[in-house]
Amino acid sequence: MATIIKSYEPTFWDKLYFPALLKGLMVTIKHFFRQKVTIQYPDERHIPPDGYRGLHRLNKYPDERIKCVACEMCAAACPSNCISIIPGPSPWDDGKERYPVRFDINLLRCIYCGFCEMACPEGAIELTEIYDFSNYSRDDLVIDKDGLLGVYELTKKQNYYTKKSHSPASLPFKTERT
Amino acid sequence: MGIVQGDQMILNIGPQHPSTHGVLRLEVRTDGEIVSEIKPHLGYLHRCFEKHSENVTYEQVIPFTDRCDYLASMNSNFGYVVAMEELMEIKVPERVDYIRIIMGELNRIASHLLALGVYGLDIGAFTPFLYMFRDRERILDMFELTCGARLLYNYMWVGGVSHDLPKDFEKICIGFLDYFEPQIKEYNNLLTYNKIFIERTADVGVIPADVAVSYGVTGPNLRGSGVKWDVRKDEPYSIYDRFEFDIPVGEGQFGTLGDCFDRYWVRMLEISQSVKILRQALKDIPDGNVHQALPKKIRPPKGSVYRRTESPRGDLGYYIVSDGTPVPYRVKMRSPAFTALSCLDEVSRGWMISDVIAILGSLDIVLGEIDR
Repeated sequence: MATIIKSYEPTFWDKLYFPALLKGLMVTIKHFFRQKVTIQYPDERHIPPDGYRGLHRLNKYPDERIKCVACEMCAAACPSNCISIIPGPSPWDDGKERYPVRFDINLLRCIYCGFCEMACPEGAIELTEIYDFSNYSRDDLVIDKDGLLGVYELTKKQNYYTKKSHSPASLPFKTERT
Repeated sequence: MGIVQGDQMILNIGPQHPSTHGVLRLEVRTDGEIVSEIKPHLGYLHRCFEKHSENVTYEQVIPFTDRCDYLASMNSNFGYVVAMEELMEIKVPERVDYIRIIMGELNRIASHLLALGVYGLDIGAFTPFLYMFRDRERILDMFELTCGARLLYNYMWVGGVSHDLPKDFEKICIGFLDYFEPQIKEYNNLLTYNKIFIERTADVGVIPADVAVSYGVTGPNLRGSGVKWDVRKDEPYSIYDRFEFDIPVGEGQFGTLGDCFDRYWVRMLEISQSVKILRQALKDIPDGNVHQALPKKIRPPKGSVYRRTESPRGDLGYYIVSDGTPVPYRVKMRSPAFTALSCLDEVSRGWMISDVIAILGSLDIVLGEIDR
């Protein structure tokens, strides 16, 4: 143990601790009249900026064709192996041979790193600004192609949180308790 | 812990204890209130970072480095990418260097704010914690604007950064710094010069310089003991040699050199130094493309590299061995918080249980990084 040199000896006035308390309280009272920084969460929500890395979506062309060509680049880039794709021949005559028959993302495994959207050559998979998608069962958090396309419909026009009707119930997958 | 004799008692602090800063269990042998031995039990947060890295590609390691030191993810990324660039001999564009330093220093401020705020909370001062979190929130907002995440950024990539800065970032950042600098004075009024705080921290848990060096303690904990060692100055990486800043060291202001107060105070001074670096970096930042040097496929040549960087907790080192494949052969991380925790036993012997909390808080450990 080191030798301790007492260079600071509190005076009698210090030992009362009352002035120290008052001094701190002065600062706190000043803050009492300042603008509030907190938000009332379930009523008001934080609006994330563009490029926020939240819930995924699968993009579509304006004529309802899915952009994804099931190349599985996103699945290869994923550090947590949360994407599983089953490819099939494309039903549309647009020069693209493949399209995803199944496209599942396990949201519990996902670490929201954004590598999938960087890896995608078609700009098909994207992370959206939705952050509150908690759920009651683990099975409901593995979202499929319909869910991902539904998220696209939900977020393509404007930020999800600037809409009036946003709520977890409006998400395109099951969020109620069974 | 051996045989318990007489008035001795074994006391478990943690794993679910608010003052252990995560899931750490301390097995404390006490004699009344006096602590005679501490045995930290680690591993509750072990996620096999090093073994995991051997099974994913080089770029996929970056999100896992985030999760080691989750309070300073930018600095964890920074260390890894600097090491990788040294191994692959990549020269990144100037703008990337500047962006990395801006992000690293902002994250240093955020991490120190959390450390100081939570330290106050450990000691019994609740208000500074709220004020520091309020300001930390603004830094997180800036990170959110830049890379889309608030805590685990995955921002720095080998050869560049994932996104360029948003177009009015400089204005926002300068605005934050102008707001933030006067706040430091307020923290000092509220916490630093509070007599109760000083009496709880001054002269408590002294780490003499020789003990600190022999345990490998680095960062603010080492500088609190009066040793002037900072990787940013002594072994400059990236472009830290271009900036003017001082390395604050402990002076034993209210007691012995190397006590809890000194470690606290060094962090507080470091925040001002980071602000100084940020102002210089924001002034000189050049234009350019941030993706220019990104390699298509990361396949470093055979060989190994050890690169240390200064994270908010100290000397963060990465040892990377490559066998020429896209998957690392070995990634070793040298964690500064681990070495800081290792000296806890020696430092806290002879102090009371309440002082152990003060000492542990002043070491600013992050269990994510200790257990990895």
